[in-house]
Amino acid sequence: MTAPTATSPFASKPVGPWRRAGRRLARDRAAMTALLVLLVVTVGCLLAPLYARDVAHTDPFTSNVAGSVMIDGRPVDIMQPNDNPLHLGLSPIGPTWRASADLLGADSQGRDLAARLLYGGRTSLMISFCAAALCIVLAGMVGIVAGYVGGVVDAVLSRVMDIMWAVPVYLFAISLSIVTVSQGLTLGPITIGSDNLLIPICIIALVYVPYAARPVRGRVMTLRRAEFVTAARALGVPGYRIVLRDILPNVTGTLVVLAPLMMALAMMVESALSFLSIGVQAPGASWGTIIQDGEGLIYTRPMVAVAPGLAIVIVVLSLNVLGDGMRDALDVRDSGRERV
Amino acid sequence: MTPLPVETSSPLIETHDLRMTYRVGRGRVLRALDGVSLAVQAGEVLGLVGESGCGKSTLGRCMLRLVRPSGGRVVFDGIDITAMPERRLRPLRQDMQMVFQDSYAALNPRRPVGDLVAEPLRVHSAPGGGRRNGVEIARRLVELMDLVGLPQAALARYPHEFSGGQRQRINIARALALSPRLVVADEPVAALDVSIQAQIVNLFMDLRDRMGLTYVFVAHDLAVVRQISTRVAVMYLGAIVELGEADAVLHHPAHPYTAALIAAVPEPVARTDGLPPPLRGDVPSPIAPPPGCRFHPRCPAMRDRCSVDPPVLRRLPDGREVACHYPVLGAEPDLMPGLPAFLATGPAAGRPRH
Repeated sequence: MTAPTATSPFASKPVGPWRRAGRRLARDRAAMTALLVLLVVTVGCLLAPLYARDVAHTDPFTSNVAGSVMIDGRPVDIMQPNDNPLHLGLSPIGPTWRASADLLGADSQGRDLAARLLYGGRTSLMISFCAAALCIVLAGMVGIVAGYVGGVVDAVLSRVMDIMWAVPVYLFAISLSIVTVSQGLTLGPITIGSDNLLIPICIIALVYVPYAARPVRGRVMTLRRAEFVTAARALGVPGYRIVLRDILPNVTGTLVVLAPLMMALAMMVESALSFLSIGVQAPGASWGTIIQDGEGLIYTRPMVAVAPGLAIVIVVLSLNVLGDGMRDALDVRDSGRERV
Repeated sequence: MTPLPVETSSPLIETHDLRMTYRVGRGRVLRALDGVSLAVQAGEVLGLVGESGCGKSTLGRCMLRLVRPSGGRVVFDGIDITAMPERRLRPLRQDMQMVFQDSYAALNPRRPVGDLVAEPLRVHSAPGGGRRNGVEIARRLVELMDLVGLPQAALARYPHEFSGGQRQRINIARALALSPRLVVADEPVAALDVSIQAQIVNLFMDLRDRMGLTYVFVAHDLAVVRQISTRVAVMYLGAIVELGEADAVLHHPAHPYTAALIAAVPEPVARTDGLPPPLRGDVPSPIAPPPGCRFHPRCPAMRDRCSVDPPVLRRLPDGREVACHYPVLGAEPDLMPGLPAFLATGPAAGRPRH
């Protein structure tokens, strides 16, 4: 207990809430492992064109039923007869475990499964990331407006959210997708083709808005009564500035924690829609469409369905572990009072 | 209602018959403020005392229009602000500021101190009109840290990195950033350690001398109120029961409630001489206040008239106002002869502790 000196009254550098959360997260082994897995998967998927062109030397988007691959210097037909009683006729080649020749085998069209898996991952990750981001932004706006303005605005927004919540997410997404897949989406002068990835992104974001908006609204309602908001009013800070400078920074934690969980949910909806042919449209690939391709080959070439399924499991699991870690790291409530 | 005290200059802030009621369901009404009239002159320090729930904080918040009173008027510097919309109120807020009890809750945990203290400088235009630029704000921040006795390095820190006393200094710096005329301090030292309380009270007094501030100082600690106030208003169940010069009210209370409040202050050495008996019972619910005098069920000097006829605030010969039919008049033993030792420290603002 000594009087402060002007030069070094504090022991260490200032520690902001984000920096502190980052440090906690870095100490969380499970979360860091999950983050590493996600990074590896993402980088791998982003390198999909490189793999297809320079390693596998195939075009994963055109049918190749008459083609052949070189295995140990001998050409082997991609479509081969099989004796499986459950699947007569020709089956695509199985895993060769050679990167230059259908590493994981081919799909029913004779296309390189490994290359399609990487391309599909790129699409799936992109859709789920964008859908989660869009959903978080929309939910943030709805939650903050409803929670801060309150009254009639809150009542109307909350009832709309309740109605959306009452419809099962998958049913809701499927109904919306069926309409847009058949005729695209026309909003005034803007026309979005039925094969545009914006459609699944918007649909997935929309159906999950109530799930993210509700916790945000609750948090904002608590914050609105917080003393520092009263203090800001007493200082003469205008309402919009209170929302931007005092409410929003305290809600971002909630939103950031929701983000990986929303991305995991979005990925599952995307796969489901694509599996039902109402998400990503052929010849585009996503993990959902590849599973659908593999459905017919499940007895002879299970790898076609298992590989993308496994990829989804790994990514969704990692996102959930990461989300849990972030929630623990960002728990401001406990950490803020540490030194009181 | 009671006429306001006759003053030569117009008061900085005054309330007329201020009422604040809350609906609490099933048609019942809670009267947090029930006709409060008082005036605070520029340069004065009005201490507001009373038990928890007597409406002190509500009165402070009504004065600053953080809540809208349900009846009566609030006049700040001759301007009626009772029903003024927030948009028009905002420029006036430069002149009236608040310091809160919970120094932690009053500071956004996600913003560094420099950002928090700069907020009023950013949202209000400079005296000559126009926005303050970054250099002006930075210079003012340094001045303010100096004023409240914090090192400049504090500006880059976050609220959780400070002790309670230091955080209250930050709150004070923010409230004083625009050189207000009125500061309502809502129990600013109640949450602090006793040794730190003295430092903060001294800081308040020091700042008042330096900046010519007017305080409305809400507190339940009579020693703190005595130390800082020039006048004292004692509240009970949403109404003022005694209002007058601090020395007169705290040393020779005229209202039995004030006397009981003072007698209840714990002292290092037990005294038995001249103290009124301790109060019986609890504070009645403000939802169903007793008829007649609000204090009569607990009053040691209660007579028949008290249970039917509510007393109004009236002026005694010595200038103070009392809401009691049978006030204690004349020389009474001084109920508060000595200050607790911790408050008898030097007048200079205490240095921050780490």
